[in-house]
Amino acid sequence: MPEGTFCNRRPVNTEEDLKSLLGDKGGAQYYKEMAELEVDVEALKATLQKTLQSRTKTWLEICAHCGMCADSCFLYRVNDRDPKQVPAYKIQSTLGEIVRKKGEVDTAFMMRTMEVAWSQCTCCNRCGMYCPHGIDMGVMFSYLRGLLFSQGFVPWELKIGSGMHRVYGAQMDVTTEDWVETCEWMAEEQQEEWPGLEIPVDKEDADTMYVLNAREPKHYPEDLAEAAILFHLAGENWTVPSEGWEQTSLTMFAGDWAGCKMQVERVYAAVDKLRPKRVVGTECGHAHRATVIEGPYWAGLPSGQTPVPFLHYVEWVSEALTTGKLKIDPEKRIKEPVTLQDSCNYVRNHGLAKHTRIIMSYIAEDFHEMAPNREHNYCCGGGGGFNGIGRYRHQRNVALKTKRDQILATGCKLVVAPCHNCWDAIRDLEEEYEIGIRWSFLKPLLISMVIVPEHLKPQEEDE
Amino acid sequence: MYAFLTGPMLWVALLVFFGGLAARVVWYVRGLSWQLDRVAYGPHLAHGLKGGIHSALKWMLPFGTQSWREQPYFAVAFFLFHIGAVLVPLFLAGHNIILAERFGFSLPVLPMGIADALTVAAIIGLVMIALRRIALTEVRILTTAYDWFILAVSAAPFVTGFVARLHVANYDAWLLAHIITGELLLIVAPFTKLSHIVLFFMSRGQLGMDYAIKRGGYSRGAAFPW
Repeated sequence: MPEGTFCNRRPVNTEEDLKSLLGDKGGAQYYKEMAELEVDVEALKATLQKTLQSRTKTWLEICAHCGMCADSCFLYRVNDRDPKQVPAYKIQSTLGEIVRKKGEVDTAFMMRTMEVAWSQCTCCNRCGMYCPHGIDMGVMFSYLRGLLFSQGFVPWELKIGSGMHRVYGAQMDVTTEDWVETCEWMAEEQQEEWPGLEIPVDKEDADTMYVLNAREPKHYPEDLAEAAILFHLAGENWTVPSEGWEQTSLTMFAGDWAGCKMQVERVYAAVDKLRPKRVVGTECGHAHRATVIEGPYWAGLPSGQTPVPFLHYVEWVSEALTTGKLKIDPEKRIKEPVTLQDSCNYVRNHGLAKHTRIIMSYIAEDFHEMAPNREHNYCCGGGGGFNGIGRYRHQRNVALKTKRDQILATGCKLVVAPCHNCWDAIRDLEEEYEIGIRWSFLKPLLISMVIVPEHLKPQEEDE
Repeated sequence: MYAFLTGPMLWVALLVFFGGLAARVVWYVRGLSWQLDRVAYGPHLAHGLKGGIHSALKWMLPFGTQSWREQPYFAVAFFLFHIGAVLVPLFLAGHNIILAERFGFSLPVLPMGIADALTVAAIIGLVMIALRRIALTEVRILTTAYDWFILAVSAAPFVTGFVARLHVANYDAWLLAHIITGELLLIVAPFTKLSHIVLFFMSRGQLGMDYAIKRGGYSRGAAFPW
């Protein structure tokens, strides 16, 4: 069978196709079809010809097979040092083989490669830091995911995720109407406690445009309310766009490069339309990666920079604290020992470690670093799409042990995790291993300790 | 034979070596693509190069990076070998006599005792590298016949040269073997993993630029904490 109904080389572009794919529970039919899906060798060859240039070719060729990358990989360490988990082996036996065979590979090979690409690498990029030649296998795995996606060998959930972005412009089925209603609902709900609080939609020329993660309006609307409260307290002149508000990109996890471009261009279009001075994104690592770090390239901007400055939420908070826009009540700082999760996507890959340290210095009295930390920190265990793939749930749960042990070693019972994927992974590791910890985004912590300026306090009712 | 090997053949070997490696550099740089690599090299060149140079220098410094510090055995083996591998061929008195005779110029020369010590250190480094390749499962799984070939090609000029230098066996035969294996190394370098002689700088420089330009260099500074 050349192509299946669900599993094929075509991305999902219509609501109808998306719903029927969702109807295939757990991808049962999807994976059956994949086992029969033929590799389009000619197309694969052509893609390699066009996109495999000197950087990647050189990486594959000069790898000295020294194995220094082995210990840098948390998946190698946590899987009993299985040599098949050595990063160099993982990439050489997958992408390396495809290149050596000039694309002449079969279905069984592609299915194995899919498993390696999504269950043995989270694209955390740590191995690249430990390779003497500077071979970044995370970057290559991301490239490999693109090849696999173009051939239809992608985990079911990520095919859906890519389809969601293509159909709804968001990783979940949140329409423009749903979104705008959620904004109105959250603003109304908060107005009693926070008089004058607004969630201004499509306000032009604001100082700050806020973009976020679709699961916030979909499942955790209070997160949006918290963002609004903090902007309100900081006196921020802000807005959210009615379109282009979704900052995440499951298309990136899926290797759907055309989808990535569509996704980020929606956000940039909102910038064009509303002309904010800058954009602030929510507490999400991969959303920042997709919109701020990789996004400009997908959108074809030769400067490699976003159209206006884009801040990660931690940058905004650190600025608000240092400039005094948000003031912390010293009595309400976190007294217990607390640790911090460094997200690979904005710490290793965007240098924001100092901002989270500034924040911790304001909000915590007994802050403990994980070891290793900052750029050298380990992935939470669920990055790169790993959290969301049912087929690899067992492998993901094993992967969580790294973070579990890092947290246990700090002795802290509270983990600050300003990243959705990390937050999820830490929640899941508590569920799986029950080590008795709590975890939190920054927003609820800040709200619990920020000093409310007199003029923003609710009016006492005079009776 | 000796005259041919240190005459025309030496010319050929050096031409292939330098010409080939230069071609690899040109090919590498021309193959960089801001869109495919997703690194805006051009608009941020100066800042990027700072990161690239820092990236190469840090790794050339013994124990200069976290990775070297975490793997002291390999770091020692690596630097023992590479220091000798770079210095001895260039600055050995014997090599510079030939340079002066054939090409009319020469480089400063190392005192004999130091050259001997560096050669022995390089051979020890190579033995350590080979042992590690055999002993560690994570290295064994990566190892192919090609890796052993590269190690052998790299070791041969040192071993043969050192045996000749000791005058313990047939000097002329060992010297000939040394010249042949040395020229073999020069000739195969551009076409094999030995091209890392230059591509190390390209690849390390590229990742340094990548981090400096795109992955946080404007927040943490051009120097990445390798």
